Amino acid sequence: MPVDIVCADRLCFTYNAAEVLCDISLQITAGDYIGLVGPNGSGKTTLIKTLLGLLPPSAGRIALFGRNPAEFSDWCKIGYLPQKLTGFNPYFPARVKEIVSLGLLARKRFPRRIAKTDEAAINRVFSLLDIHEIKDKRIGELSGGQQQRVLLARALVGEPEFLILDEPTTALDPETRDKFFSTLKELNQNQRVTIIIVTHDVADIGKYASKLLYLDKRIIFFGSFENFCSSADMARYFGEFAQHLICHRHS
Amino acid sequence: MELLHILSYGFIQRALIAGCLIALLCSMLGVFLVLRRLSLIGDGLAHVTFGSIALGLLLNVSPIYVSIPVVMASSLWILKLTEKARLYGDAAIGIVSAAGIAGGTLLASVAGGFNVDLFSYLFGNILAISTAEVGISFVLSLAVIAVIVTYYHDLFSLTFDEEFAQASGIRTKRINSIFILATALTIVLATRVVGILLVSALLILPAVTSLQIAKGFKPAILIAAIFGIISVIGGIGVSFIMNLPTGATIVMLNLIFFSAAFSFRSRRYQSQ
Repeated sequence: MPVDIVCADRLCFTYNAAEVLCDISLQITAGDYIGLVGPNGSGKTTLIKTLLGLLPPSAGRIALFGRNPAEFSDWCKIGYLPQKLTGFNPYFPARVKEIVSLGLLARKRFPRRIAKTDEAAINRVFSLLDIHEIKDKRIGELSGGQQQRVLLARALVGEPEFLILDEPTTALDPETRDKFFSTLKELNQNQRVTIIIVTHDVADIGKYASKLLYLDKRIIFFGSFENFCSSADMARYFGEFAQHLICHRHS
Repeated sequence: MELLHILSYGFIQRALIAGCLIALLCSMLGVFLVLRRLSLIGDGLAHVTFGSIALGLLLNVSPIYVSIPVVMASSLWILKLTEKARLYGDAAIGIVSAAGIAGGTLLASVAGGFNVDLFSYLFGNILAISTAEVGISFVLSLAVIAVIVTYYHDLFSLTFDEEFAQASGIRTKRINSIFILATALTIVLATRVVGILLVSALLILPAVTSLQIAKGFKPAILIAAIFGIISVIGGIGVSFIMNLPTGATIVMLNLIFFSAAFSFRSRRYQSQ
């Protein structure tokens, strides 16, 4: 019996009277690997934030691991990589190791402390993402791609069951990007980590993810790539060429 | 010999104890404030301190007992304005600061005009600090240091990335309130050291000096604390020997430290 990681029921979100999300109902089950795509302003990031309880919905209900996000406390089950750091200060005086260790706070109780015994988990994620050599550098000294890997390490270090990644590959070079996707594949297949990844890369996401969630303020499509590719409705909505592009993995 | 002679005075001993404690608080909190772009909260809340001191003088109550609750309430007002009124921190600080100055001026006028007491708060007079005030500073300083040490990792996470901190289960609203209340308490204490007009210098300068050279978050806080304490000890000594105003001397020493750290950093980058 698959466990619902997230269950959203008729979810809406409005900002300044403008409708950003409308009538979103979906279930994400354990082991899903979902590519969340849609045009600019389609509400992808808002949906992620609403599911996490970072933004309150204007209507509808959400259950995160069966609980209302406001009452949810098992944050160690979740690894989150935000779209970008709002107001990131390049002179922030923190080393990579310090930033990555923040990902372990979710499993700590009051008063939250990072201990020597946490080093093993931190070193494991450094090896996984191949960032050992930059662990003592200041975050502001790194390139965009390296910073993104550090933030990904922060999301992964707590070994979460549910990984939410908002445009994680924008600053990665092709080689690092491929490595990154194979790491995600391994996590999904070997450790059954549930993944939702926001991306603009509609042509490639089908190679990696098992499900597609196409959003444009409301759900246009949510299901397996096989169903998407054979759907006459989707062929009508996107046109055959665009549908074929998204289904590129089967070409 | 001269130094030992200075240290034998009771008022110098009191000034050193209270000054070092307050410098320690300002420097530690300053690192978080500067990185969160709330540097000018020192100015804003110091202006509220001005208003509350005027109220204290009007009511004939020791100003510190009026300032502590009024400034703490105002700090929460800044927080609420940024959350509810869709304002950035600088605008919210501006509103509360203006309310403090305007309120203080009106109260001083009602009391029959400005008097010497009120002006002594504008520029600070740490050498006139009483034993009771040293006691209050000691107790409150311990409370604020305990808050920073207890919530160090929560504050670090929140300062770096508030959204991620929230998704880690950190109660960001509660931590923000605790942090801003600790800041308010520190500012009330710091107005006695450098005065209302220079209090933000004690929050900002040790922090920005440290940020020039620190290579990690903990070292940044430690270096800021060291510079803050040295500036107070040096400022008290130099001002006493050269007969200069203590608050302004402390701030000038901090500026010298900042310039030195900036030059050191520039040379280090040039040589790399």
